[in-house]
Amino acid sequence: MALLEIEQLTIDYGPVRAVDGVTLAVEEGSVTAVLGANGAGKTSLLRTISGLERASGGRVRLDGEDILGVAVEDIARRGLAHVPEGRGVIAELSTEENLRLGGLWRGAQAAPLGDMYELFPPLRERRTQLAASLSGGERQMLSIGRALMARPRVLLLDEPSLGLAPLVSAQIMRLISSLAVARKLAVLLVEQNARSALSIADRGVVLNLGRVVADDAARALADDEGLRRAYLGF
Amino acid sequence: MTRFIDLTLNGISTGAIYALVALALVLTWRATRIVNFAQGGMLMITTFIASSTIASSGSYWLGFAVALVCGLALGALVERGLMRRVEGGPALNAVIVALGLLILLQALAGMIWGNTPRSFPPAFSIRGYEVGATHVLFAPNDTFTVLVVVAVAAGLAALFRGTALGLKMRAAAFGPEVARMLGVRVGRMFTLGWALAALVGSLAGVLVAPEVFVGPNQFDPILIFGFTAAVLGGLDSPVGAVVGGVVLGLALSYVSGYEGPSLVTLAALAILIAVLMIRPRGLFSSAQERRV
Repeated sequence: MALLEIEQLTIDYGPVRAVDGVTLAVEEGSVTAVLGANGAGKTSLLRTISGLERASGGRVRLDGEDILGVAVEDIARRGLAHVPEGRGVIAELSTEENLRLGGLWRGAQAAPLGDMYELFPPLRERRTQLAASLSGGERQMLSIGRALMARPRVLLLDEPSLGLAPLVSAQIMRLISSLAVARKLAVLLVEQNARSALSIADRGVVLNLGRVVADDAARALADDEGLRRAYLGF
Repeated sequence: MTRFIDLTLNGISTGAIYALVALALVLTWRATRIVNFAQGGMLMITTFIASSTIASSGSYWLGFAVALVCGLALGALVERGLMRRVEGGPALNAVIVALGLLILLQALAGMIWGNTPRSFPPAFSIRGYEVGATHVLFAPNDTFTVLVVVAVAAGLAALFRGTALGLKMRAAAFGPEVARMLGVRVGRMFTLGWALAALVGSLAGVLVAPEVFVGPNQFDPILIFGFTAAVLGGLDSPVGAVVGGVVLGLALSYVSGYEGPSLVTLAALAILIAVLMIRPRGLFSSAQERRV
């Protein structure tokens, strides 16, 4: 059984159907990439899974349990971490405070801060600085590190490479794939940069106007020239 | 020179009270981005309760403690029952609800306790310390007031900077959505912020009551002074609230001493307008801009 299962999920904003009957699953220790153009419904999908938006139909199951309608903070406490678009670091807190915040509800079971500094060495040098002073790449590291503090089982990542230099972006992508394996995470990765996402993903789901138009192994998607031209832009 | 020293000492002790009211306003502003114009009414109610407790039990300290506990409870109740509905909405809605609550509380107090101001005992002697042959304008009760403010400020700093709870409260204030995604129970943090604010407010009420007396409208000027102090310090900053309170206390004490007490309220409003025009962020705020 997949750790995260989404079934026929539908999301409406007034008369606009943002997500239309999406079904997908993410296995433990694997990365599933959700691809598609702007407005395809990718961010709405993630925000609904983590409880920030309301669904109009369908189911979301985390380790077999229904989580649609559960409060955001309780979904987090069931082991789902969501790294939002635009990083979501709290600029008024220091780097270390942001990290600690991620593990607070876990109490003594939180990951040690030292682990995160080992994973992201630049953060150690900046640990007393306000998050506002970090670069884009450092903020992304901080945001991912903060999510990992709670030792989640499911990780939702919204456009982690957005606005990053290609080298930094590639570094983050490699890290995501190794984290999934090493920590047995089920990763749902939303990306506009389809090429780089498919290079590390196990599976790929392509959304267009809120509907799934393809769901296959990442390699198969990357090799499908027609699909690439039509939806992925590379 | 003696006069200057007297006015300075007097400014510090009244400024300490403005600092407390300012701290209460800053705490609610930080927690929920709402300026709690009902704070004056809330601290009026808790001071009335303290006054009744002291009258019936004969113990000042019991009344003092009851005021603080009622402050905590009233703050939590107002947030949960009332403000929760306007949090995150247009700023004007919260202002109207707070003003409505203020009017309601003042009417209720008038119905329960009457409109005639009653006296309130100080915690310690209000006879100024003897220095040489004269008494200075600073009494043991003023020392107590200043110590209370120092303790509250230090306690809040320790809470916000040094504890996990304080970190959660700050996260809930600065990034409520992100905080929820990290498992923080943001609603509880808001309630706690309001409860703490009302606790600090109730302290201010009990401390200032011997001077202004207890009545439904006796605390209105204190709210204006506290608000001015909070704006002066930057609505976001507890340190700013304390400094703003003391600076305002000194300024108003000099105005009152050298120009006459009738100009005090006018001077406070002039300072408020000057700060808003020249440096709307206040002296200590970290925020780049603010919607008030």
